[in-house]
Amino acid sequence: MSAAAISRSQVGVDGVRLGLTRRRDPWWVQPGAVFVGLAAFVVYVTWAGLQGRYYRFGPYLSPFYSPELWGSPEAWFGAAPPWWYPQWLRFSPAVFILWIPAGFRLTCYYNRGAYYKAFWADPPNCAVGEPRKSYWGENYFPLLLQNIHRYFMYLAVLLVLVLLDDVWHALWFTNAAGHLRFGIGVGTLVITLDVALVAAYTFGCHSLRHVCGGRLDCLAGRPVRAALYDCTSGLNRRHMAWFWVSLAWVGFSDLYVRLCAMGVWTDWRIL
Amino acid sequence: MIPSTATFLIWRGDAQGGAFQEYRIGISEGMVVLDAVHRIQAEQDNTLAVRWNCKAGKCGSCAAEVNGRPRLMCMTRLGDLALDRPVTLEPMRTFPLLRDLVTDVSWNFRTKLAIQPLRTRPADAPDGTWRMMQRDVDRPQEFRKCIECFLCQDVCHVLRDHRLFDRYIGPRLLVYTAQLEMNPIDAADRLGDLKDLHGIGYCNITKCCTTVCPEEIKITDNAIIPLKERLVDAFYDPLTRLARALGLRG
Ligand code: SF4
Ligand code: SF4
Ligand code: FES
Ligand code: FES
Repeated sequence: MSAAAISRSQVGVDGVRLGLTRRRDPWWVQPGAVFVGLAAFVVYVTWAGLQGRYYRFGPYLSPFYSPELWGSPEAWFGAAPPWWYPQWLRFSPAVFILWIPAGFRLTCYYNRGAYYKAFWADPPNCAVGEPRKSYWGENYFPLLLQNIHRYFMYLAVLLVLVLLDDVWHALWFTNAAGHLRFGIGVGTLVITLDVALVAAYTFGCHSLRHVCGGRLDCLAGRPVRAALYDCTSGLNRRHMAWFWVSLAWVGFSDLYVRLCAMGVWTDWRIL
Repeated sequence: MIPSTATFLIWRGDAQGGAFQEYRIGISEGMVVLDAVHRIQAEQDNTLAVRWNCKAGKCGSCAAEVNGRPRLMCMTRLGDLALDRPVTLEPMRTFPLLRDLVTDVSWNFRTKLAIQPLRTRPADAPDGTWRMMQRDVDRPQEFRKCIECFLCQDVCHVLRDHRLFDRYIGPRLLVYTAQLEMNPIDAADRLGDLKDLHGIGYCNITKCCTTVCPEEIKITDNAIIPLKERLVDAFYDPLTRLARALGLRG
């Protein structure tokens, strides 16, 4: 770029320091809320994911543990942990799965912007001075790795299908005689809402939007792509909201199954 | 109802230095910040420098910082500000100060020259014209709304705090690049420039630019992130590169 850079000394007003701003509104509320929300979720998910028990109740499976590859008799590959499971780590079926939604959300474009502000103060908020002088952006390792987001997206789309399968299972209760009978419990509703919210979040992903049609300049004359692009774009407009409600609800779904399994809560049957 | 008077703290000075000066004026319903500045000029201090043109939010000249927030002065109603305390008015912090509220934004125009201009694909019809559908033009048209107020450049921390003017073109010029890049008849490839010359990787998608844009252009979601995704296709995603090498994808 040939245009000469502009030095700090050419700027008249009092420069840039941490927290320096003339904003009057409580600008720290938004990054503060993101900090508390994300930190609380990370603590809960780590704790719940390493429990390795109380993740099934009746026909329900906690979304943190879905799909269950190894762990209980209902697991895809049986109850015994695989031989390569690290000795030092407490066995929990969530370990095989949780890295997918974790990686997906960690590299989510919305979330990146939010945690760069809340956890790294880069910037603390708009037009509020920063603590650090040096800045690399997402240009270099390790943040360059954020570009793998689309691979997590592909996996997350598959997980949505698995969660749909869980909803199906949550409709079949074993009765006293040991037969499967159709039914709906409060837990069924909790799990159904969970997949709906997770799908709304996942299908509004920027990378999916790109794959569906964003990468092309011309969508006219390609009705399928155009429809897919319009769908993802519609969800994408509220991507931040979907991020937060799906995050909260997925945590609550785990909590619901967990407390029912522990006998703390009673799962009411509706049908 | 708004009070009958209001106090303003306005930055007076140039690149060598300056200070806030206090003005108290009578105000009335419906006034915008720019009206107040004009009243101060007319009634109290005709040396106060301010740049404006349209008073309709369309020329982009009157960009400044009102109570610490980058705004167009002509589109900020006094009734929407808390008038129980002095309203601070200062020039955009990111650009060199000429005088009082006026900054030198010419860096943006100089930098724009480094972006490859539109290069059209061969014409669609014998008379040398092109055919394009409205739905394909919708995307670049959102970016055409830009009035070049440079509020987004002012608030972008890469320029404002980190002063990376020689490595990063900033949100306004990324919007401009997206407008060309997504144009259905454009045949140029700006992705290499975006990565190496124009520093799109410096944007950490914190969306302050989107928040301040008076034209409500979804700068981050519709321009910068789609460009970042196109860059991933071109430079980072091994599967897309493989598909391209095998001729499976254009
Ligand atoms: S989203 Fe990117 S371009 Fe916009 S203000 Fe933030 S860093 Fe700057
Ligand atoms: S993109 Fe919006 S904020 Fe930026 S210069 Fe254009 S109109 Fe102003
Ligand atoms: S951008 Fe948020 S999930 Fe992909
Ligand atoms: S004077 Fe034209 S935008 Fe404010």
